[in-house]
Amino acid sequence: MNKVVANAAEAIDDIHDGDVLMLGGFGLCGIPENCISALVAKGVKDLTCISNNAGVDDFGIGLLLNNRQVKKMISSYVGENEEFERQLLSGELEVELIPQGTLAERCRAAGSGIPAFYTPAGVGTEVAEGKETRVFNGKTYLMEHAFDAKFAIVKAWKGDTHGNLIYKDTARNFNPMMASAGKITIAEVEELLPAGELDPNQIHTPGIFVHRIFQGTNYEKRIEQRTVRDRK
Amino acid sequence: MLDKYGIAKRIAQELQDGYYVNLGIGIPTLVANYIPEGVEVVLQSENGLLGMGPFPFEGEEDPDLINAGKQTITTAKGASFFDGATSFGMIRAGKVDLTVLGAMEVSDTGDIANWKIPGKMVKGMGGAMDLVASAKNIIVAMQHTNKAGESKLLPACTLPITGLHCVKKVVTELGVFDITERGFELREIAEDVTIDEVKAKTLGRLVVEGDIKTIRFSS
Repeated sequence: MNKVVANAAEAIDDIHDGDVLMLGGFGLCGIPENCISALVAKGVKDLTCISNNAGVDDFGIGLLLNNRQVKKMISSYVGENEEFERQLLSGELEVELIPQGTLAERCRAAGSGIPAFYTPAGVGTEVAEGKETRVFNGKTYLMEHAFDAKFAIVKAWKGDTHGNLIYKDTARNFNPMMASAGKITIAEVEELLPAGELDPNQIHTPGIFVHRIFQGTNYEKRIEQRTVRDRK
Repeated sequence: MLDKYGIAKRIAQELQDGYYVNLGIGIPTLVANYIPEGVEVVLQSENGLLGMGPFPFEGEEDPDLINAGKQTITTAKGASFFDGATSFGMIRAGKVDLTVLGAMEVSDTGDIANWKIPGKMVKGMGGAMDLVASAKNIIVAMQHTNKAGESKLLPACTLPITGLHCVKKVVTELGVFDITERGFELREIAEDVTIDEVKAKTLGRLVVEGDIKTIRFSS
């Protein structure tokens, strides 16, 4: 068993133009910073990115957008990014906005062998256009499909050489479902440990879902909205 | 007339001990500042936290600990973290007792529009569509009119819909309205606001009858 790769560049080496990627994170919290930088350096184009948000102008997925590497974004909320809005309104960028819970569940379904499911979110809205509906117990639901992504790129707090992952606080967010959903899942971690060093009771993502893992470096962990209270 | 703090304070009176509550961005966030004495509620943040605490002290911000508005926060006693699928699982399964949201428009049948202005604003719905599709009790906190002075309490929403027949109560600077099959039923009115003003600023069906209380805060 050898899942450990040297760095982000090696981990993403076989990502090519036109690939579909899932990227973990909520806002700038828990995003795979090292892999995003490596994708920018590699310059792969026409990517479809499934990610709850699209970063900010100069960080996160915003870096890929600025570099014109993204053909399509699939997200639930894309505020806070002017370049994104400009590309969208000018038609350079294709965007599919979907409810956040549906986004999460479409990832979970992909990692659970469930091809589709019914959800009430979006019934009666433009999200429902063209989708199959069905009534259960008097309430209408929409059918939504599992995602089909070649790569999932996630960020964890701790990981081991078998690919087991532990996330920290709200940096967990979309990472576990995406980790389970990728045909090839790449995990970057703040601390990579030998197998056996993590408590099996505390594992969030079992290693079976993870194909490549590496020790990340130089995490910036930018804060999007710094809010504090007075000490008084 | 209520300011945004007054709207938040009035909504806080709806909180009951033991409630799990999801507060949206904007005025709804302020509700957390006015939780009545003796009432313990657990705040849900849909990015994956139950038990959201106050903002951190300066210097103690943790980039790994944010709320759904991406603000740095702390955890309250008894907090738990979970992933996004679990978070929306508890929302869809109706475990959250009360959801407070902002809105651009609300209809007199309880429809809500709050995620998109065609051609102008494309930010996305975030978790709003999941929340309004499943929440047992939704209160909307918003201004009664938009910047152009037009009513936001309408016969039908003109902006893209977020959810149908879901809003139970609206609190604006003018008063408190229950949404029933008869439309917006005025229950309470803000100080120094007249019924005529409420009528003039409400385009949807408005019901004014019975005992209408004036909103007053004890402290």
